Amino acid sequence: MAAIEVRELCREYKVFRKREGLMASVRGLFHREHTIVSAVRNVSFSIDEGEMVAFLGPNGAGKTTTLKLLSGLVVPSSGTATVLGHVPWKREDAYRRRFSLVTGQKEQLWWDLPAQESFRLHKEIYRIPAEDYTRRIDELTDLLEVRRLMAQPVRELSLGERMRMELIAALLHRPDVLFLDEPTIGLDVVSQRRVQEFLRHYQREQRITVILTSHYMKDVEALCERAIVINKGTVIHDGPLAAIIDRFSRHKIIELQFSDNGCPEGLERFGRIVETRPPRVRIQVEKQRVSECLATILSQHSVDDISVVERPLEDVIAELFSTDDASRAAT
Amino acid sequence: MTVATESFGEELRARLRLKWLILRTAIEERLVYRADFAFSTLVRFLPIVTQIFLWSAIFQNDTARTMKGYNFGQMVSYYLLVMMARAFSSMPGLSTGIASSIADGSVRKYLIQPVDMLDHLFWHRVAHKLVYYVIAAGPFALVFWMCRAHLPGWPAWPVTAAFVASLLMSFAIGFLIEALIGLIAFWFLEVSSLIFIYMMLSYFLSGHMIPLELLSQWIPFVDYLPFRYLAYAPAAIMLGKIPQEQLPMELFVQAVWIVVLFILNRVAFHRGVQRYSSYGG
Repeated sequence: MAAIEVRELCREYKVFRKREGLMASVRGLFHREHTIVSAVRNVSFSIDEGEMVAFLGPNGAGKTTTLKLLSGLVVPSSGTATVLGHVPWKREDAYRRRFSLVTGQKEQLWWDLPAQESFRLHKEIYRIPAEDYTRRIDELTDLLEVRRLMAQPVRELSLGERMRMELIAALLHRPDVLFLDEPTIGLDVVSQRRVQEFLRHYQREQRITVILTSHYMKDVEALCERAIVINKGTVIHDGPLAAIIDRFSRHKIIELQFSDNGCPEGLERFGRIVETRPPRVRIQVEKQRVSECLATILSQHSVDDISVVERPLEDVIAELFSTDDASRAAT
Repeated sequence: MTVATESFGEELRARLRLKWLILRTAIEERLVYRADFAFSTLVRFLPIVTQIFLWSAIFQNDTARTMKGYNFGQMVSYYLLVMMARAFSSMPGLSTGIASSIADGSVRKYLIQPVDMLDHLFWHRVAHKLVYYVIAAGPFALVFWMCRAHLPGWPAWPVTAAFVASLLMSFAIGFLIEALIGLIAFWFLEVSSLIFIYMMLSYFLSGHMIPLELLSQWIPFVDYLPFRYLAYAPAAIMLGKIPQEQLPMELFVQAVWIVVLFILNRVAFHRGVQRYSSYGG
């Protein structure tokens, strides 16, 4: 059953345009020019209960706006959306008790007090029964390894510790739907991994529905099987994460190990050399030329080992969005 | 997840428990900064001393002289009582706090969670005030004791009761006016100059600077504004400036202002959030 159903959602913003110069500023006092910017255009998707889906896209693609629409912070220009049967922007308490939004900013905790005080307040805000509350606090503080920090004022915690406290605050009322907007932004590798592992474990255990946006492909690869790729407000891919590589990568990587402790010259004619560490070389080759290149290399050089691999997801995504930027700049 | 159909009684209990916990948590938060708080409390007593010196110079210790019905002793009493009224009605940082939470987006918390922002801030403010009274009680008592020679005796108990009622309502009016000004940030992101103008105006129009009797010849409508309840009304009641038979009406009008301001706040919040969410959240 679909937990989140989005149909042709659009969201436009009016942006004031200011021309350069003093005279233009003065004119702007009387007559404002504005342009309409579409942050989200005809976005449709459906997410099943218990699914964990990644939203991918460059900055300004419309990911955050979509999450804001689904959390009821923004009203759409047109289109419909239901989450757990509720229309988010009606902001009914019945809906607000069933979801959480976690962003990279400090948001829910009282800065000057220990996190446990904020949690106690959440208990009353979300009307969590006492025994559930105690059990969940125990469970979550253990999983996130923050039990000993519960009595310390939030402002004294490190960014990573604070993020974990924010996660507890967001999960205490056991939401059925969780929106994570860059949950690991600014965290060091250790904290990042801990948050990642926690999210994976928690989602599997509780079968909650999660939408995640992140710039760290590591997060995405570790957590999600399905990805929705958004660019310039429209969905350009919706399907398995692995299919992104198939679909958008025009290249593969050929890894070679030559038998005579060196590398032959002139390998550039096959493609871009990604890495040279004699006698090993990695070359990025266009997909349709792979077999042709392999045949040529094998016929001309003596090779000990050879393999053809996919490019890392991170590179493919980066290329996808940067070529797009380039084409936008050209038009 | 089960959403039980809650009875009215349970619903009410849950709401009261939340208000109580907000109050308690906010008190704990206030106590974190107790030293700073105590210091700023003491500093607030300095202006009253200069006011007393100023008026003693104007009256030149002439006890028979009166100004619009105030002799020197009553003038001193007026300032002490106004100081008390302001301890209830002033809301330092409320407007600016609301305005900055709108500007920096932290207001989102109140839209995402099933809480009511104004209710939340109200109990927060009650906590703030309670801590303040505990710290300020000593200095207040000291100032009253030092000025005891000028103070008239206790009025009849209905007057004292009306004074207390007026003080409590002045808290509500102060909260509602400042909250309303903060909510204007939904329309204009920069409201600090507006807040400054409000502070200046309310200093005059509330009777904080001089008794409103001295102002009413220039500003005849001053009695019809809500600002008089921020300082003047409680003090005037206690000093017997308002005849006893008019006290019920005085309190009634004050209560009507609370209702009007409450409705204005609700409308402004509702419209403001609509605007906020149609401008990008």
